Amino acid sequence: MPKDYPQVLFQNRKPDRINTLDEYRQSGGYSVLARVLEEGSHAAVKQQIFDAVLLGRGGAAFPAGMKMETIADDAPFPRYIVCNADEMEPGTFKDRVLIHADPHMLIEGMIITGYGILADKGLVFIRPEYENAAKILEREIQVAREAGYLGQNILGSEYSLDIVVHRSGGRYICGEVTAQLNALMGKRPNPKQPPPYPTEKGLWDRPTLVNNVETLACVPHIIRNGADWFKSLALTDGAAGTKIFCVSGHVNRPGCYELPLGVHLSEIIEEHAGGMRNDAAFKACLPGGASTRFMPKQFYDIEMDFGSLKKEGHRLGTGAIMIFDHTTCMVATALNLIEFFARESCGWCTPCREGLPYIRDLLARIEAGEGEEAFIPALEGMSRHLGNAYCAFAPGAAAPVESLMTYFGDEVREHIAQKKCPFKGSRKNKVAILGVEAPGRQGAKT
Amino acid sequence: MLPEEIREELQRQIIAIEHPRELAVDVMFALQAHYGYLSDAALQEAATLLGMTPLEVEELATFYTFIYREPVGKYVIHLCDSLICWMDGYESIRDYMCRKLAVELGGTTADGLFTLLPVCCIGYCDRSPAMLINRKVYGFLTPEKIDAILEKLKAEA
Repeated sequence: MPKDYPQVLFQNRKPDRINTLDEYRQSGGYSVLARVLEEGSHAAVKQQIFDAVLLGRGGAAFPAGMKMETIADDAPFPRYIVCNADEMEPGTFKDRVLIHADPHMLIEGMIITGYGILADKGLVFIRPEYENAAKILEREIQVAREAGYLGQNILGSEYSLDIVVHRSGGRYICGEVTAQLNALMGKRPNPKQPPPYPTEKGLWDRPTLVNNVETLACVPHIIRNGADWFKSLALTDGAAGTKIFCVSGHVNRPGCYELPLGVHLSEIIEEHAGGMRNDAAFKACLPGGASTRFMPKQFYDIEMDFGSLKKEGHRLGTGAIMIFDHTTCMVATALNLIEFFARESCGWCTPCREGLPYIRDLLARIEAGEGEEAFIPALEGMSRHLGNAYCAFAPGAAAPVESLMTYFGDEVREHIAQKKCPFKGSRKNKVAILGVEAPGRQGAKT
Repeated sequence: MLPEEIREELQRQIIAIEHPRELAVDVMFALQAHYGYLSDAALQEAATLLGMTPLEVEELATFYTFIYREPVGKYVIHLCDSLICWMDGYESIRDYMCRKLAVELGGTTADGLFTLLPVCCIGYCDRSPAMLINRKVYGFLTPEKIDAILEKLKAEA
């Protein structure tokens, strides 16, 4: 049996249906909102989130309290709070599960966090693939409104906030904060380079706080139980809280598991996710979505928290752990990821728009048995150039490629020397199937 | 032409909101739901409703995965080809669908019922391989399951 850990975000999770408002209240829900509004100190809310060292769960791990602090006390109104439910990082599905499990936890988290910055309006930005979650939220927001938790003078206090659900048309870059704000304003969702930061000039040039679903869901618990309690949930020093790890790939039980930050990767795989599928050997994983670096076997026992991974040069990202067994070709895996990034690039800046198809072409040819030794420095160089892009998209896209060269360089060379993918035999047709024809193809050969 | 009740409902929403552009995607979705896709005429209507230029709407329409600027079938299949679905058999599922529907990726069946499109990770990696049909998710796909799903949709069409 896997170890039992305290369930905070999933405490009301049921196998077959969502948690109702009454059930959420029975578990203590909305009690802390009433207390916070009665005490009337929005600064205390900010302080507690700051003290809890709540790091953003959407991938960037930016301290949520610090982000709130950047909205000055005399910042203009109206102010906005945006819940980022775009969740388009490949491998990530925790926010969907969380919304389906307990929508009021997110709604209360948004109201309390909104109060912390005295926000006037809340928006949930949600991807079109999550239409069910959008409907659930719209329905439950109305339920919360009727119960007096949203709207004018919440629970008889001076504070007013309403929340609307904003459906996206669907594009990965919309998860990036500045692109998301453009999307919300009905503009083409290209990222903008700060400053000004969204907390200064965000939506309609007003102060805007954008937080991930899981981050906001942590807030009611932090305010209810205190910053020290939140920190005590984690197993490692410096880490705070639980994390929803969504595990997928070559394991027996893919799914979402709420575990303390700092839990060993080996424990997540063996105990919670049911071990490797077909008793295969662990080869590598992506610890936090497509834009994190591959972690090979030497990290099998690593403590999974933001700091521990950072110390080893890795990123926990969204906590979406994708597991690969010994039969996996890492070149083909990286190629699939780059296909994704090349397609989803917004095309605004050159390193991303031109660099990704170039990398895709090189990887496709290596995988097809048409690789050359000169491709290796070309791949390494181009991955570095992606760092010059406008936003975090291209550096994220470079992470799997760079780590492929760092940890699996021998496997790449094996493809080149054998003139085929050693995992699948000859795949001469691969390039033709993909129809890959990148600019600069000639340049790569020299 | 857009039926009066749809136009009035959209205008009601647009009047009620401080910044009508925030509704740009909603308006495009509504028009697409009526026309089946966002035709040139629909794009013009969206621009008029929102007080935007057609070019500003076009910028958005061509950017988003779920806005269709060309005619599509009654059912739009978005088959996930990202990492986890790909590891769990995307290629064989894709080939099966293409043969079954007698279309290539991007194509629409001769009877106008199905359009088959690849799509990036749809966030159902715990049910891979997965797809969306008109935004409804279907997971753990096998050829048998696909047969049953398509038959059911055909019968309902």
